[in-house]
Amino acid sequence: MSPRAYLIAPGDNVATLLDDAPAGTTLLCVGAAGLPAPLVTGEAIAHGHKIAVAAIAAHAAVTKFGVRIGHATADIPGGAWVHLHNLASDLDERSATLDLASGAPTDTNSAYV
Amino acid sequence: MSSRPPTPPSAAPSSATWSGYLRPDGRKGIRNLVLVVYTVECAQHVAHAIAAGEEDTHVIGFSGCYDNAYAIRLLLALARHPNVGAVLAVGLGCEYTQPEKIATVVRDSGRPAEWFFIQQAGGTSRSIARGQETVRRLRAQIRTETPRVAMGFADLTIGAECGGSDGTSGLAGNPVVGAFFDRLVDAGGRAVFEETVEMIGLRDHLLRRAATASAAAQLAAAYEKAVRYCREVRQYSVSPGNFAGGLTTIEEKSLGAFAKGGSRPIQGVIRVAEAPRGPGLWILDSVPDPHFMQFGYTNPNDTEGIMDLISAGAQVVLFVTGRGSVIGSPVAPLLKVTGNSATFRALSEDMDFDASRVLTGEATLASAADELATLVAWIAGGEPSKPERLAHREYFIMYKHQETLSLTTGCRA
Repeated sequence: MSPRAYLIAPGDNVATLLDDAPAGTTLLCVGAAGLPAPLVTGEAIAHGHKIAVAAIAAHAAVTKFGVRIGHATADIPGGAWVHLHNLASDLDERSATLDLASGAPTDTNSAYV
Repeated sequence: MSSRPPTPPSAAPSSATWSGYLRPDGRKGIRNLVLVVYTVECAQHVAHAIAAGEEDTHVIGFSGCYDNAYAIRLLLALARHPNVGAVLAVGLGCEYTQPEKIATVVRDSGRPAEWFFIQQAGGTSRSIARGQETVRRLRAQIRTETPRVAMGFADLTIGAECGGSDGTSGLAGNPVVGAFFDRLVDAGGRAVFEETVEMIGLRDHLLRRAATASAAAQLAAAYEKAVRYCREVRQYSVSPGNFAGGLTTIEEKSLGAFAKGGSRPIQGVIRVAEAPRGPGLWILDSVPDPHFMQFGYTNPNDTEGIMDLISAGAQVVLFVTGRGSVIGSPVAPLLKVTGNSATFRALSEDMDFDASRVLTGEATLASAADELATLVAWIAGGEPSKPERLAHREYFIMYKHQETLSLTTGCRA
């Protein structure tokens, strides 16, 4: 079975991967809403993480569950991994400083001495 | 959420009944426990030694030497919980929190209760021996004297919490719990969920769910306080594991967390140690109030939030975890739900329920919620949950300030 992407609400510009997918994978789209065109990963994306289902311009709203979950901090091409490096909370400033791979904080590194 | 239509009422599994324990205040318990309560960290070792190896004997307490009205109310709510039949309070002898007062309030609720100070009992070994003798006597008494009574979902208060969340928690684990909560509410029970700091970004969704204008006002106030709290302490309720699991922002985590509240109207907001004021769906506000000692921390870990839910009278707590967790709780059984099939396999001895099947199409939200209701009825009827089977009883409460309720209104004394 092809790796799956779960699109929650019609109009969402991100979907959630239910399986790990390498770059160049055509995803099987499942969930409440369908997609107009096939969705292909532009890079490797892990299970539980988000993929842009269409291009998202810098500063534009990122939408999941039909609700704004933050804003793009860079132009995001369709098929790209959407995470801490290109999506920021509208409220939580600390999230932009976290390590991309592990989510670990970096702003308290100076305490580990 | 727009994509999740309300689940239709379903009477089937939520019409289950089982035999419970009738308490003097009319509430019904699903366990018949003796609670050992320590009143300062210095008495903690003796309290645990008293309970070690004793059937149906759990330990709670407060570690601070200086007393705190919030912590006392929490201890008293747990000591008069429907699953608790009797209490032994154990103090060292120097602390502000008074074991004698705890025993008095518990006795006033119609339960047997005793207390002593370790300094007066002659030190560690004599205190342990005295405590063991007392616990065994109290347990024999409540086993003989507590009336058994038929109970069903209308007699249950159930809490829901999530922790170790990942991208599946909002897709499967929490929506299944939400659909189960709809069934519990339809059956006349009380459903409680918390983590108002995980409702950040959802003000409009929250207010739309209010049952009454008064509920809307309570929700708006709790929401504004949670936002102010997170901004002022500069900490939002997301952790490294959430990010590694694919969640990126607090707004995104909030949407997934809120799904465990199902689709029924919200009756209002209760605070820690306060029972729901009627049947239906309630939100528990555990965020500290602003205070001259500053906000302090809200739930610093999952266990603290679970104890808050139990303090509302929850006889069972559902814990949704995508990445996996191995905690349990004293006083009320914890039941673990995961929406992540890999987690369910890897931590099979710890996980009670696999909600990931709604993502693969092996189950629908409705069929999974019915299965969960059947499992809850089974646990309520006396079967141990996975954490109970493994003897997990993680416990944590702390100094906090919330506007003081009178010590009796919190627990329907």
